[in-house]
Amino acid sequence: MVLEDFSLTIPDHGIIALQGPSGCGKTTLMRLLSGLEHPQAGTLTDITSRQTALLFQDNRLLPWRTVSQQLTDVLPRSRWGEVPKLLELVELSGEEHAYPAHLSGGMRRRLALGRCLALEAKLYLLDEPFAGVDLPRALRVMERLRTWGAPILLVSHEPEILAKADVVLQLDGPPLHIIS
Amino acid sequence: MEWANPLKNLVQKLLAPAFWLGVWQFCAFLVDRSVQGKGNELLLPYPATVWSALLEQAEQALFWQSILATLLRVVLGLVLGAALGAILSALTCLSSWCDRLLSPAIRVIRAAPVASFILLVILWTGRSNVPTVIAAMMVLPVVWDNLSQGIRATDPKLLELGRAYRFSRKKILTLIYLPSLRPYILSALTTGAGLAWKSGVAAEVLCLPRPALGTQIYNTKYLLEIPELFAWTAVTVALSLVLEALLRRAMARWRKGWGT
Repeated sequence: MVLEDFSLTIPDHGIIALQGPSGCGKTTLMRLLSGLEHPQAGTLTDITSRQTALLFQDNRLLPWRTVSQQLTDVLPRSRWGEVPKLLELVELSGEEHAYPAHLSGGMRRRLALGRCLALEAKLYLLDEPFAGVDLPRALRVMERLRTWGAPILLVSHEPEILAKADVVLQLDGPPLHIIS
Repeated sequence: MEWANPLKNLVQKLLAPAFWLGVWQFCAFLVDRSVQGKGNELLLPYPATVWSALLEQAEQALFWQSILATLLRVVLGLVLGAALGAILSALTCLSSWCDRLLSPAIRVIRAAPVASFILLVILWTGRSNVPTVIAAMMVLPVVWDNLSQGIRATDPKLLELGRAYRFSRKKILTLIYLPSLRPYILSALTTGAGLAWKSGVAAEVLCLPRPALGTQIYNTKYLLEIPELFAWTAVTVALSLVLEALLRRAMARWRKGWGT
């Protein structure tokens, strides 16, 4: 059992960071919230899994789509004009026509983050969004995320990233539970 | 001094054909010597004799009509077989019920002798449709098999991404399945094109539609015109290679720019 008697209230806005040892159940929690895993018992209230956007731990970029296409693939046509803004947010301006194979690891991670943020959602679930991203850049992007229009639940191990979050929850498990 | 690249490429490309042409010339010479110039053309004609026969045929309208008619039949068979194979592979991969029902039938088609099918299809559809139907039946199991493997090998993580990011069915097909299937489609079509040619021309030889390459090959056998038989065979092989090259080029264009 990865989760048992686990309860979490997410505020309307801001960044909630989750920190805990590997294998404690953070990723499972993210997958449950996004509807990719189904709990044997328990419910989500006020939000459905269809209203969440999950950034996977691995990038899962489509190798045959360019940077801008990765974003337009998830955006409705009426919002295609937001692509430059999203690229600016994740510091990928100028890379619109590049394919994932031509990007560095950190750039791919930021592209995956940008694609997740392009989704319209009431809750963003970011599983290690800055893995492989250099710290100064990660902190700049994190600063921009603080004013994002919807709450963000974020998993990270970096103390500097955690310091930018509004709330930091220390977790342990399994079964997953909040220490502080 | 190093050769210029285009010249080097040309020499490299011509080396193998020139070698085999030499082997052919030498073997024809040996045959000619063993029969002491009496009827070597019936056993193994010289390349130059075949070339002359080819040029002679090319002056007749029937030559070009035969090529065009066979090309149309084979391409139509390839398209029909590929389309049916693709639909069946999707059905058998998506539904275990369809898989249980259809897979044995497709395996029977793959294992059954072409000649039996040709004779049956002559009875069912009439002689002019036989090459197309036979070509389609030969291509179908190859495309089905390749695409089924490809569909099953599609990265489940990308499919999960499509589900999590609420991709429509059309997007899942065009953005995930089709690009992932590209190598399988290429393999299926190139193998299928070769099979379509072989089986289509074989069907023409047996059912003799007019005009047709197969009918011309049958006539050369009937009249013991062996240089002409070689010439028609060379035309068939050349057309098959051209079709395969065109398919490869089309698939390469599809992939162009992925940067992988």
